[in-house]
Amino acid sequence: MKTVNQKAWFFVLPVLALVAFNALIPLMTVVNYSVQETFGDNLFFWQGLDWFEQLLRSDRFHAALGRQFLFTGMILAIEVPLGIAIALAMPRKGFWVPVFLVIMALPMLIPWNVIGAMWNIFTLPGIGLLGYLMNETLGIPYNMTQDPVAAWITVVVMDVWHWTSLVVLLCYAGLVSIPDAYYQAARIDGASSWKVFRYIQLPKMRTVLTIAILLRFMDSFNIYTEPFVLTGGGPGNSTTLLSIDLVKIALGQFDLGPAAAMSLIYFAITLLVSWLFYTLMTREQAK
Amino acid sequence: MRRRYLIPLIYSLFLLLPIYWLVAMSFKTTNEILGGFSLFPQTFTWANYITIFTDPTWYWGYINSIIYVSLNTVISVVAALPAAYAFSRYRFLGDKHLFFWLLTNRMAPAAVFALPFFQLYSAVGLFDTTIAVALAHTLFNIPLAVWILEGFMSGVPKELDETAYVDGYSFPRFFVKIFLPTIKAGVGVTAFFCFMFSWVELLLAKSLTAVDAKPIAATMTKTASSAGYELGLLAAAGTLTIIPGAIVIYFVRNYIAKGFALGRV
Repeated sequence: MKTVNQKAWFFVLPVLALVAFNALIPLMTVVNYSVQETFGDNLFFWQGLDWFEQLLRSDRFHAALGRQFLFTGMILAIEVPLGIAIALAMPRKGFWVPVFLVIMALPMLIPWNVIGAMWNIFTLPGIGLLGYLMNETLGIPYNMTQDPVAAWITVVVMDVWHWTSLVVLLCYAGLVSIPDAYYQAARIDGASSWKVFRYIQLPKMRTVLTIAILLRFMDSFNIYTEPFVLTGGGPGNSTTLLSIDLVKIALGQFDLGPAAAMSLIYFAITLLVSWLFYTLMTREQAK
Repeated sequence: MRRRYLIPLIYSLFLLLPIYWLVAMSFKTTNEILGGFSLFPQTFTWANYITIFTDPTWYWGYINSIIYVSLNTVISVVAALPAAYAFSRYRFLGDKHLFFWLLTNRMAPAAVFALPFFQLYSAVGLFDTTIAVALAHTLFNIPLAVWILEGFMSGVPKELDETAYVDGYSFPRFFVKIFLPTIKAGVGVTAFFCFMFSWVELLLAKSLTAVDAKPIAATMTKTASSAGYELGLLAAAGTLTIIPGAIVIYFVRNYIAKGFALGRV
């Protein structure tokens, strides 16, 4: 279908130059740090693969990685079905459709630290609306700065609040592209609403849904600012996700070697999972 | 049919609740906030907003943010256009690998790059400038822009290109006069996403700036820690960061439903 044309490389050059400048040089810096030890003053010593070995055995890293997978798993398990359900429930036309869409897009355009600050203000016991409702009106003790479970629930609810709309909007875009004739045919055949969903709506949403899941995976796996501003990784280390831990090591303790090794392993995991998604997705398209 | 509105309505209320609380807070005095619970501001005040609009460290934060976000959007879209065209129309050596490599940069955790970025941009003398932030944000915005634009361009039949060449159009003229207008919705959606991800990102923007180019989000974190805990001021600054996003959504409202499919339906 597509013609072979090696000159197309010239079209790609500007993008290549910009991204290479931003990606390759910093990545090489990280690789460089990951095999060295430093005591400041720009003195570096060869360390080999020690940092990697230490890290892969360290309980702290395992714990952070475990929390990261738990978090990403939880938000995907909530946001994807919820997003599909809301997209299906949306009216197809009418005055309120653009209003709903604008409201739904709004949380995604708020800077991430503002999201954290906003949820902090929202959940403060005695001051925040949610904190007041839970503690005073419903009588449920709720303080996410002291209770790890409450902190976890708050971080997950915040992400659901923040990003479910992405799934809704992508799925909705897939749904509105289904011609009415499909539904009429289904009605004549007497198909149940489950069958309509399974054989008409879901296939039409498949591509956009894969994009949604891929984006949600990548972004939730790299999440830093929102939980950092909301909980600071606490109480204790209970909400210290991978990025938060990484920044603590790199900029807090200035342990460049271990932080760099951790960066590379972190990046490798993200790449591996995303590559799996990407291959599955392109295979579906090729069919 | 009225039931159809119930679920989106409840969801919208859930989305608006924390935003309402932020806005309500911004009109309260610090005493009222710390004094007790009130659903609506009792002593309505503009003081928090006046502070922001009269203090240069505050309002320059907004100006800096808007400058680098706009710069980034323009750079990302302009650079991505020819690349996306190449990916959607031609096969060339290493095209698939290149496409995936570009996407991998969208996956890179910003935390990984924060420190090396600081060193890189200091080395080239761009540290603490808006252009540094704009260039740094292309790391994740260019791959996204190429990805979205490629989707829209692949939806345009190849016959359009061929007919134009038969009619004697040169490539640049065809691209600007015929092809760009055809995919203008795609360009709009791409610009929207670039704006969005550059506007909301903080970690890189913060690491690459100190004083002169400090983004509003960083000014907020500084205030939160240094000035005690001025919740009202923080809420007002937060409320103001929602406005540019709301304006941008208003402009693309007609494209939201279809455009979010990124041309891939």
